[in-house]
Amino acid sequence: MASVPRSFLLLSVIPTILILCVDFACCNTGRKIGDGLDTDFSGFSVPLEHSFEVDDVSRFRMRGALQLRGGRETSVSLSQSQLSEEDRNTLKEVAAVDGLYKIRVPRVSLTDRQTERQMDGYLTAFVRACSLVESHLSDVITLHTDVSGYLIGVSIVTIPGACRGTEVEDEVDLEAFNTTLTIIAPTNAPQPETALFIERMDIEHEKRGKPQEQKSFFAKYWYLILGGAIFLMASSSAQPSAGGAEEQQS
Amino acid sequence: MFPPSLNVTFSKKPSVKMAKLTSLFVVLFSLFCISEAVFEDQVGKFDWRQQYVGKTLFAHFESNTQSSKKLFVATDKNIFASFNSRTGDLLWRHVDKTGPEGTIDTFLLHGQDALMVVGDGRLLRSWDTNIGGLNWEAVLDTGSFQAACFVAIQDTVKHVAVLKKAAISLHYLSNGHQKWVENLPDGDAVQYQAVYSGGEEELYVLGVVPNSHLTIIAYSLEDGEITKQRSVEAPWLSSVESSCVVVGQGVLMCVDPATFALYTLPIQAEETPEFSQILLQSLDLKVSPGFQPVLVSSQPHPARSPLSEFFLQLGTDHHVLLQLNADGYTIAPLRDFQPSFLVSFATTGEKTVAAVMTPKNETACAINLFSVDSGRRLLDTTVIFPLDLNGGKPHKLYVHAFLKKDDSVGYRVLVQTQDHALTFIQQPGRVVWTREEALADVVTMEMVDLPLTGTQAELEGEFGKKADGLFPMVLKRLSSQVILLQAWLAHLWKLFYEARKPRSQVKNEVTIETLSRDEFNLQKMMVMVTASGKLFGIDSKSGSILWKHYLENVQPNAAFKLIVQRTTAHFPHPPQCTLLIKDKDTGLATLHVFNPIFGRKSHIALPALPRPILQSLLLPVIDQDYAKVLLLVDDQYKVTAFPSTKNVLQQLQEMASSIFFYLIHSDQGNLSGFRLRKDLSTERIWEVVLPTEVQKIVAVKGKRPNEHVHSQGRVMGDRSVLYKYLNPNLLAVVTESTDTHPERAFVGVFLVDGVTGRIIHEAVQRKARGPVHFVHSENWVVYEYWNTKSRRNEFSVLELFEGTELYNSTVFSSLDRPHLPQVLQQTYIFPSPITTMEATLTEKGITSRHLLVGLPSGAILSLPKMFLDPRRPEVVTEHSREENLIPYAPEMPIRTEWFINYNQTVLRVKGIYTAPSGLESTCLVVAYGLDIYQTRVYPSKQFDVLKDDYDYVLISSVLFALFFATMISKRLAQVKLLNRAWR
Repeated sequence: MASVPRSFLLLSVIPTILILCVDFACCNTGRKIGDGLDTDFSGFSVPLEHSFEVDDVSRFRMRGALQLRGGRETSVSLSQSQLSEEDRNTLKEVAAVDGLYKIRVPRVSLTDRQTERQMDGYLTAFVRACSLVESHLSDVITLHTDVSGYLIGVSIVTIPGACRGTEVEDEVDLEAFNTTLTIIAPTNAPQPETALFIERMDIEHEKRGKPQEQKSFFAKYWYLILGGAIFLMASSSAQPSAGGAEEQQS
Repeated sequence: MFPPSLNVTFSKKPSVKMAKLTSLFVVLFSLFCISEAVFEDQVGKFDWRQQYVGKTLFAHFESNTQSSKKLFVATDKNIFASFNSRTGDLLWRHVDKTGPEGTIDTFLLHGQDALMVVGDGRLLRSWDTNIGGLNWEAVLDTGSFQAACFVAIQDTVKHVAVLKKAAISLHYLSNGHQKWVENLPDGDAVQYQAVYSGGEEELYVLGVVPNSHLTIIAYSLEDGEITKQRSVEAPWLSSVESSCVVVGQGVLMCVDPATFALYTLPIQAEETPEFSQILLQSLDLKVSPGFQPVLVSSQPHPARSPLSEFFLQLGTDHHVLLQLNADGYTIAPLRDFQPSFLVSFATTGEKTVAAVMTPKNETACAINLFSVDSGRRLLDTTVIFPLDLNGGKPHKLYVHAFLKKDDSVGYRVLVQTQDHALTFIQQPGRVVWTREEALADVVTMEMVDLPLTGTQAELEGEFGKKADGLFPMVLKRLSSQVILLQAWLAHLWKLFYEARKPRSQVKNEVTIETLSRDEFNLQKMMVMVTASGKLFGIDSKSGSILWKHYLENVQPNAAFKLIVQRTTAHFPHPPQCTLLIKDKDTGLATLHVFNPIFGRKSHIALPALPRPILQSLLLPVIDQDYAKVLLLVDDQYKVTAFPSTKNVLQQLQEMASSIFFYLIHSDQGNLSGFRLRKDLSTERIWEVVLPTEVQKIVAVKGKRPNEHVHSQGRVMGDRSVLYKYLNPNLLAVVTESTDTHPERAFVGVFLVDGVTGRIIHEAVQRKARGPVHFVHSENWVVYEYWNTKSRRNEFSVLELFEGTELYNSTVFSSLDRPHLPQVLQQTYIFPSPITTMEATLTEKGITSRHLLVGLPSGAILSLPKMFLDPRRPEVVTEHSREENLIPYAPEMPIRTEWFINYNQTVLRVKGIYTAPSGLESTCLVVAYGLDIYQTRVYPSKQFDVLKDDYDYVLISSVLFALFFATMISKRLAQVKLLNRAWR
């Protein structure tokens, strides 16, 4: 399943160090659904087919075989043959008319091997044939699984991905695929980080809160109380004289 | 200058201790927080609210006097409300739960008590109609509700009887206490459907075994004992509810649509009774073919038996007033009404009249009163009801009759039309008010810019026309200048003329003729589509309805999609909106094309759509008339273009290979992508399948096409730039697990490229379930879900970045972006459930974004997006402070000053629509649901507007002073220089 090698592969592809590490840590703890079913670790193979036609009508042919290994450590490898002379020419023709190069894999489950149930249907993806030719058949194929290990999608990109119209002269460049293969399981979305926040608040609280609480009420407000007392005394002593003055006037 | 705001503004000084504890946060917050409060004198200046109740199911008038002002309605939106019948204003309104739990089953009115059975017989409620307060509420026994009636003993109404599927109960009217409850005998076989009380000592329950016999049970009012129980053969009877009424001295009158006969049966008869048959033919009456005849009777007072006169409806526009003779089994026809749309009885004092609505001409109907006893027309009682050509047909008639001073009968009528509108009419045909209750259920809306004024349009037109030589161009320019001068002079004259009038008389009434765009495009036309199929054009400034159009033949479960094909910007071509109406059962779609400013239907040739439509997409391609092209994909993946002129088809052929679209079958968990071919057929190019055994797709959202992002990246603390991943084709797909166990339930968020089908990101929120509300915009997705473990609502934000370098800075292509973006995510606790969510939108996207969150309490919260930023640091560093990031706090605050609708609660908010205005700082907001609320928000304050109290005098005097000071000092310096030179 979500494995160390896969995550490292990801790291090599995407220069995101911080977040993926977090995600990766979650992956191992979170993905426990298929654990009971992981009896077969020997793996199995599914065909990887491709299609490239000048008239854009899909005719899928075998490109290679994907060796899938389900279980705790999902891994995938691809064994594929070279393109034949005829295929190379077709591919170049398709590239010339801006056709598509499509691949497909059957829908399978990586964990549920006991039932050996093959769901009907395929997962399909495409890339422009010209970019495949111009990148000298260096493609990146990614398989996506869902939480319970079903293959849900496949994607293919070439590096570089652009079509610049550069001629590929050398036939040797179009003989063998230079494929990077990855399998991606869903990442676990983070939960609200309450524990860390409370911890931080506690630390701050300790840092700032302590010296204040030691002071008693009188120690803190003695000047106010004293001032209030003086004011009261002053006003009470002043009042009778003021009243007396009034009386005298009237 | 302004008095303090209604809400507490933020700048309050915190206490010493608090400040010490959270000094850091306070300092930071006060830097960022934008106080949203409204000043007291701004209330209602930029915003308005309209309250609705929905489609009326039951309506009663307060009392039968001429001076009564109240009118009570119970609606399909589970609302009990009271209107002022003079103005149509809402006096009060009680909004119950949505769904079957709050359904109003029946509504009876007696004196000041409004009795109501709610939630399929769950509750019995009594309301005080004077103030709208609840008198009492009684919980009823289980069982589905059948009927209810008032029960009177010795001329006073003291009880109410409630008939349920298997039991009957009697409750005191004064306090709701149950007097007795009895199980109905043989409840499995017999369907009990009606209850009748005529003021005697007994209560009658009528049940039927369909097509076999009728059962009558009499209960003693004292103790609920069965005093009589009889069954009568009735093989023709299938339902008492739909085909029988009680008339006269307790005579059950039924109509049999099969044999066209009336059947009468005395309910209270001692001996074993039998139905006596009267053929309609013998009365010279004929039922229209295919019409189910309907009986209408009236019981003016629960203590007395019903009238012996009743209506029989024989066709859609044919009614007959009949009278049951004293012998109890012969019938005399009193008057035949043909044509007649609607009939209704009304009672005032001892007089009962019948109101009949008959068609007058194309645009009006006439309502007349008839004496019930004789069937004679009462003089001077005609009321004209104007038929709105853009409205529905009359559907129901509620008559409020009263005795005038001269003892003649006067009346007012409330007419409910098919489009749920209520019209109140007074004699002799004055429409007192109209309420457009269809607006209680707005499905979708758009805001359209208003057209330019005539003078502006004249100038625009000059550029639009083809140039034809120098001299005509000069002439044209001169003529348009003359027109401008003329308009200006007219304006000046108007100003001068109006200056003499007192202020209050100068009123700018908004009418459809005076509509024109204002300086900052703040006033727009709101085009609203309602579930009933009525379209409205509402002025966004005042909220007044400028046009309406009722689409007949719209199925109640139809889905609507409103598309603006041509905006107002292409003068002289009128703006054009297209409404796609799709029947949910068959999938067949129809188009309604109209001008959004005037609501008039366009006479454009519509494409034939014989096959169900799966998807519609608006292309940026425009035809020669500047209308955007709409593509409709049918179930055979064939594409129809609208408009489909030669020009359009040619353009489509040219760009076919770059037109991609996606389809989603949520029931199969299937997402697939297609590419257009030159012959307008399609090819499937990618497919992603989410197994339905694990999760089901609940919602998919792309980005709004009119959204602009001003800044390509974010400047970080170390002055490097983190570029945003701005993929316009990105789809956010939200799934929910099929497993609903709180420990295993999850919510999945997939970010899929809509062109290549590549899964950009796949995240799973564990121990979570829906309903999920989410917003997808710029480079972020914000979603809200329910955490099943912690039992709380949580917000999560996903942001996508390309990294510190852009792959291709000039253009984005889904086909050429090999690297996956970095995804950052953070989650927060939100202390309230939410009903809907939307993001603000501005003209150029410079203004910071806010999320507008509709809360169930009726408030709309404007939550700064800044609080939902996955880069909020847990530990504050120099860099994060530099970047103005708020330190992470797990709980999202709700501040009352963020409520943009202050005390104007909007209930059951279903959607929030945001539209940019001409001012970059201002975003127009419309929240719709049961109510409609329109306002403006300024997410970054009004940075491009001078304040009202801006001191022009000071600034200009300072300017002038500086100017003169420089002049003088310059002169002095010159003199000094000269003097020095002489020395």
